[in-house]
Amino acid sequence: MTRRYAWLASLARPTAAIGALLVGGWLAIALLSRVLAPYDPLHSMVPLLTPGSRGPAGNIFWLGTDSLGRDVLSRLIYGARTVIVVATVATLTAYAVGIVTGLLAGYFRGRVDAVLSFCANVILSFPVLVLYIVIIVALGASAANVVLAVTFGSAPAIFRIVRAITIDLRSRDFIAAAITQGESTWRILLVEILPNSSGALIVDFCLRLGYSAITMGVLGFLGLGLPPPTPDWGGMVNEGRTMAFAFPHLVLFPCMALSSLVLGLSLLADGLRQPPARVRRVG
Amino acid sequence: MMLRQADSDPVAESQMDGSSPILSVERLTVALPKGADRQLAVENASLDLRRGEILCIVGESGSGKSALSGAIMGAPAPGLTVTGGSVRLQGKEITTLSERAWCRIRGNRIAMIFQEPMAALNPAVPVGRQIMEVFELHARMSRAQRRERAFELIRSMQLPDPERIAASYPHQLSGGQCQRVIIAMALAMNPEVLIADEPTTALDVTTQAQVLKLIRDLRTVHGHAILFITHDFGVVAEIADRIAVMRHGRIVEIGAARQVLTQPAHPYTRELIAAVPSLTPPPAVLSPVTNPVLSVTGLKKSYGSVRAVNEISFELERGTTLSVVGESGCGKSSLARLIVRLTQPTSGRVEVNGKCYLSLRHGELRSSCRAVQMIFQDPFGSLNPLRRVGATVERAAILAGADRRTARARAAELFDRIGLPREAMDRRPAAFSGGQKQRIGIARALAMNPDVLIADESLSALDASSQAQIIELLRKLQNDLGLAILMITHDLRVAAQISHRIAVMQAGKIVEIGPAARVINSPEHPYTRELLDAAPGRGLV
Repeated sequence: MTRRYAWLASLARPTAAIGALLVGGWLAIALLSRVLAPYDPLHSMVPLLTPGSRGPAGNIFWLGTDSLGRDVLSRLIYGARTVIVVATVATLTAYAVGIVTGLLAGYFRGRVDAVLSFCANVILSFPVLVLYIVIIVALGASAANVVLAVTFGSAPAIFRIVRAITIDLRSRDFIAAAITQGESTWRILLVEILPNSSGALIVDFCLRLGYSAITMGVLGFLGLGLPPPTPDWGGMVNEGRTMAFAFPHLVLFPCMALSSLVLGLSLLADGLRQPPARVRRVG
Repeated sequence: MMLRQADSDPVAESQMDGSSPILSVERLTVALPKGADRQLAVENASLDLRRGEILCIVGESGSGKSALSGAIMGAPAPGLTVTGGSVRLQGKEITTLSERAWCRIRGNRIAMIFQEPMAALNPAVPVGRQIMEVFELHARMSRAQRRERAFELIRSMQLPDPERIAASYPHQLSGGQCQRVIIAMALAMNPEVLIADEPTTALDVTTQAQVLKLIRDLRTVHGHAILFITHDFGVVAEIADRIAVMRHGRIVEIGAARQVLTQPAHPYTRELIAAVPSLTPPPAVLSPVTNPVLSVTGLKKSYGSVRAVNEISFELERGTTLSVVGESGCGKSSLARLIVRLTQPTSGRVEVNGKCYLSLRHGELRSSCRAVQMIFQDPFGSLNPLRRVGATVERAAILAGADRRTARARAAELFDRIGLPREAMDRRPAAFSGGQKQRIGIARALAMNPDVLIADESLSALDASSQAQIIELLRKLQNDLGLAILMITHDLRVAAQISHRIAVMQAGKIVEIGPAARVINSPEHPYTRELLDAAPGRGLV
């Protein structure tokens, strides 16, 4: 198998396969939510039905309904779409910021590096949760601000990874060769260095996507996530929290949904970690 | 063969008297993992090693010599498996031993000396402690005894001031000193067999000469049996009692050193010996420098109070080669990087085609940097591992001003020139050998249409035969294109083969510069003489 398809081969390992299955499953659910969801996630019907019970019209509610009478299963299914879209956008934004700053700091070192690293360290020294709360409280709860909060929280860590890889690659001779040939700095950063750091970044991306999903859950739980009535897993846990003892299904199912998605992403990241399988030269 | 040699060769005699070998390897076979370029790393290798003997295993990279030594140590590299044959240590079979039993043999009865002395030492522990740890593992001794023994070993390695050395961390010692510490560690338990895997490859010529002498003394004075693995026939000529030549995992020839070196039986051995560059430079007609393409005046680079490059001046004539020779740390690579402006000099002038190169600003520099191009030292690091090599060369042609179509054609033409098939353009660097990568590096440099080619230790990572091929290629390119070549090297043999003129560098300064034949045959500076004396295998190869 050529190098290009090596990552496909890594799916053959059981952990990676399970991870891919979980993530793929949620992706499919998010894509097909319109088809899969039995009800409108915002429509109020009979409140607080337990899982498996039937409504007045004889229709079945597999996962029950919440305090406002909305179908939990439909909200979970639409919630998958929310979490996947927002977490992905947030992580990608964090990556864009982290990669650009990391490349610049690692390549130029000196003053650029000192300033950027200082900023990153200041942000990293804040408790993340406090940071999120400050941002959301200051700017209001919306999808865009969740993206902003996650970017703030994640970009410094990505910056550090990219910076470290860049410092290493910067000293390689193929970079020196590009410089002596008069290659432009942007091209060196984006064509020579960035692709060579993609291995570590792809693994980190999967993990970080999971963190972003958790962050969204946390924000939702704190009431700082997407404004209601948007179906959001963290928000669902928050709404069901007070009745969790009488109606555990309100809390249990969104929690399970979130854990399975994050677990899937972690397993996938584990599986994608490049195997050290390049055949050794004998000599 | 033995009979004929018996009167002249002490080793042959010792074989005659029938003393049993300490280590005997019989029909040892080591398999490579599936999908490798051949099935067996080592095939049916048989050899005997006796007390007080140095057996050199010679072969190019990929010949299976390290796989063989790994298998003998009971620690084949990951992916390799011993599939047949036997290894006996004083008559006792050791290939079938358990890992527990092995731990009592390794370091105790068979010890290993590695290629990279710095990498083989723990950077966070003083070297004296690291030697003492060997005793902790294998012997019951009091702390004071261990200390005493460690000092004794360091002293016996001809290292000055053992107290200071023992308290030093590896990074505070030179490569040669580290290698001696490694040898001291290997000798700690007074093993019967020493396996040395390219122990001097990472060292300078003068240090190499000292370490080789030390290893020779170990054999004569202490009677160790030494298995010495190397690719360098110069070193072999210097040290071997017997020689085994390996190719494609097979031992193609084994015999007494003098026999193999002077009357090689196998054509491959002859080929290898012929590939060792001679120290006699070819006669060359040399006119005085009239029209220098590169001229360097008073070039200086200081790091704090350290003068890495100190007032260097020379001129390089079109179509000729100047070699800058010196030990590692003498500033020769810094010089190369200064000339191509990878680092900024503290002061001095570099003129290319009469234009001052150092005063150029950003934009101008980009357009005129094509005139001086560089070939790098490490063939593994000098190509972007993710890029197809054809694309790398094409990109260079585009930067030199070609459009996309002509760049493709130019790259193809360059691949013809460097002797690689055009199909190779679509592969990535991992698919090539070191020598082939170095050729691609040359093609990339040529794509810029340079006037001056700087080769920074570009041959030092290669086998003798690939070295000879690259030297041939550079010479041909020089003839065809009128290139001026600045060759940075630590290897006098390479310099003697390729240069019109040689400059000898020591501690940032050029101590001697002149026509190659003159510098080699009648050196003026004592340091040049020292370098020449240290060149391994002078008498034999």
